[in-house]
Amino acid sequence: MLPIIFVLPLLQLIILSNAATYEVQNIKFSYIDNDHSSTSRALIEKFEASAYFDVLEVFPSQKQADAAMLQGEVDVVLEIPNHFERDLQKKKAGNLSVTINAIDGAAAGVENVYINQIVQRFNKDIRTDLVQLTDKQSQLINITTIPSFWYNQTLNYKTFMVPGILVLLVTMITLFLAGMNIVREKEIGTLEQINVTPIKKHQFIIGKLFPFWVIGLSLLTIGLIIAKIIFNVPILGSLGLMYAYTSVYILVILGMGLFISNFTDTQQQAMFIAWFFVVIFILMSGLFTPIESMPQWAQIVTEFNPIKYFVEVMRMVMLKGSTFTDMLPQFSKTLLYAFIMNVLAVWSYKKTNG
Amino acid sequence: MKQFLGFIKKEFYHIFRDRRSLFILFGMPIAQILLFGFAITNEINNVDIAVIDLSKDATTKEIIQKIAASKYFTINQFLDRDADIETAFQKGKIKAVLHFEKDFSRKLIKENNANLQIITDATDPNTANTVTNYITSILQNYQQEQNKDVQVSYQIIPQTRMVYNPELKSVYMFVPGVMTIILMLVSAMMTSISITREKELGTMEILLVSPLKPVLVIVGKVVPYIFLSVINAIVIVALSIFIFKMPVQGSLFLLGVESVLFIITSLALGILISTISSTQQTAMMISLIGLMLPTILLSGFIFPITSMPLPLQIISNIIPARWFIVILKGIMLKGVGLSFLWKETVILVVMAIFFLVLSVKKYKIRLA
Repeated sequence: MLPIIFVLPLLQLIILSNAATYEVQNIKFSYIDNDHSSTSRALIEKFEASAYFDVLEVFPSQKQADAAMLQGEVDVVLEIPNHFERDLQKKKAGNLSVTINAIDGAAAGVENVYINQIVQRFNKDIRTDLVQLTDKQSQLINITTIPSFWYNQTLNYKTFMVPGILVLLVTMITLFLAGMNIVREKEIGTLEQINVTPIKKHQFIIGKLFPFWVIGLSLLTIGLIIAKIIFNVPILGSLGLMYAYTSVYILVILGMGLFISNFTDTQQQAMFIAWFFVVIFILMSGLFTPIESMPQWAQIVTEFNPIKYFVEVMRMVMLKGSTFTDMLPQFSKTLLYAFIMNVLAVWSYKKTNG
Repeated sequence: MKQFLGFIKKEFYHIFRDRRSLFILFGMPIAQILLFGFAITNEINNVDIAVIDLSKDATTKEIIQKIAASKYFTINQFLDRDADIETAFQKGKIKAVLHFEKDFSRKLIKENNANLQIITDATDPNTANTVTNYITSILQNYQQEQNKDVQVSYQIIPQTRMVYNPELKSVYMFVPGVMTIILMLVSAMMTSISITREKELGTMEILLVSPLKPVLVIVGKVVPYIFLSVINAIVIVALSIFIFKMPVQGSLFLLGVESVLFIITSLALGILISTISSTQQTAMMISLIGLMLPTILLSGFIFPITSMPLPLQIISNIIPARWFIVILKGIMLKGVGLSFLWKETVILVVMAIFFLVLSVKKYKIRLA
C-alpha cells in the first residue's frame, strides 16, 4: 500500500503535468487552391512557416475536404476561390473561406485568431510589395503592441499545471485515505473494539488522522522537489508560507474525510461520496478552467471550495512570490473552514452505536 | 440458472438498499453535466485588467473605452506607476495591464506610430496568450476604423465557418468526456471495489465453495453494474439533448451499442483490478490513480491530444476512453456512422477481449 500512496501519485505528477496543456499546436491544416496563382501559393507558404499549423495536404474539392474533416484527419480547411489573385489586383479585396472543426470551441477560437493574424500579416506584406507607397498611405496610423509575459516569459504551461496537479494529488490521497480508514474499521468490525476502550473521542480522532496529515505534507515535499528538479518550476515565494498554509488546508480535508466516514457504513460508499465532492471541487477550483469566466452564481459557489484556495495559494506563492498579506483572505477562509469542518466531524462522531 | 438469477437478485438488493450510493450514482452525472453546461467553460471572458495611462488624451480614452466595451475585459483599476503592476499581480485579481506610453496621441499623429505595452500575468499562459491576442485584435479594428479615409490597400478577408459546433459551446466538448468518466467510474471502479470487498470480508471464500461456478459469481457481480451504467448513459444523453439542445446527428442505436461496448471494456478493467488487489483501499487507489486520472487527462477530454509531447500521445492510444470519446463526438456532433468509426470500434473490441481474457487468466478460484 505504501508504494501506491507515494510512487503512483508522483509518477502521475510527472506524466500528467506534461499532458495538461491548452496550447493549441500542430493544428491539422489543409487547403483547397482553386486559383493556383503566385499569390495563393505565397499565402499557403505563410501557413507552412507558422509554428502552429501542420500543413497536411491539398484537396481538389470541398467534398473531399469535408470527408476528411468528418474522419477527423483535418481541423482547418482553407479554401482559396477562383480568380483570387485577379480579384485582389482589380478590386483590392479578396475573400477566403475557412472551415474550422469547432467541437472544441475554445481551441477553434484560438485557431481562428491565428488564421486572422497570418492573413493580416499577409495583407500588410502585399501592401508593401505590390503598392508604391504614396504620401497618403504613409499616413496610416499604426499602434505597435508590445506584449510582455511576466513570471513566465516562454509561456510554459507546465509551470502553471505542476502546482495545480500537486494540489490535486495531495487532496485526493489524503481525503480518500482518511475517508476510508475509519469506515474500514467499521466495516471489518474493529471499530467496536476501539469504542469500548477508555480512549477519548478526540484522542482517537487525532490518532487516526495524524498519520494522514504527515502523509499529506510528505507528498507536498516530494512533489515540490520533483517540481523543482524535473520541471524547473520557480519557487519564488517562501517555503515556510506554503507549508503553513498546507498544514491548515490538510486539516480541512481530513475533517471532511472524517465527516464522510461518520455518515457511511462501507468503504465503497465512503469512496463514492468522497469522489462525488472531489470531482465537483476540482471542476470548480480554477485548476483547469478559469474561474473568472464562470457566471456570477458559480463564482459565488466557488467561495466555498477549499481546493480553489489551495490552487490559488500554490500558484501565487510559487510562481509570483506573493507574500502572507497577499494571501490573507485565502488563509483566513481556510482556517475558518478547517475549524468548522473539524467541529462538525468530531460532533458527528459517536462512540456508541444506535 | 435459477441459482444464478438468485445471485444477481442478491447483488441488486445490495445496491438498491444502499440509498446513499444510489443517490450519488444518479446524482453525480446530473450534477456534472449541469456544472459543465452552466458553470464551467474554458473560454475567456470578464478578465480583470488594469490601465496605466501616461498620456491621458482623447485617443487613449477612446481605446480604453473600446476595450472596456468588449465582453472579454473589465477595466478594474487605473494604476499610476509601473511599480504598482507587481503588487496588482501578486494580489491575483488583475490578469493584464495596458501601458500607454507618454504622448501617445501626439506620437500617433506626428510619427504615425505609438507604442502600447500589454503586460500579462503569464502564470496562466493560456489566459495570458489569449488576452494578448484579443487586445491586439481590438486594436487592429480600431486602426482600421481610423485608417478608413486614407486607406487604399489590399484587403483579404477570411470568412470563417465553424462546423459541428457553430456557437462554440463548450458543453458540446464536455458531454462526451463526462459520459466517459461516469461510465468508467461506475463500471470499472465500482466493480473492482465490490468484488474486492467480498475478498476482504472473507465472503468470497463462501461464494467460491457454493454450487455456483466461479465465473458466474463474477458475471453475477457485474450484471447490476452494467444495468446501472446503461441507465446513467441514458440519463446523460437525455440531459444533453433536452437541456443543452445538443444534437445527436447520428444513430441513437449505434450510440447505444458503442456505449455497451465501452461499458464491457471498463468492466473487464474493473475485474482485472480486483484480481490483483486484496483490499478495497488498494483497489480504489489503483482504479483512481491508474484509471480515472489518465482517463480524465490523457483522453482528449479537456486537453487536446495533438498538443501533448509525443510519448504521451503514444500512451494515450492504450486508454480506452480516448477511442470512446472519438466515437461519441463522431456520432453526436458529426453524425457519422460505423463506416467512419470502424477503426475505433475495432480497437475497443480488441481491448475488451484482451482485458477479459487477462482477468480470467488471473482470476484465482482458490484464495491463498
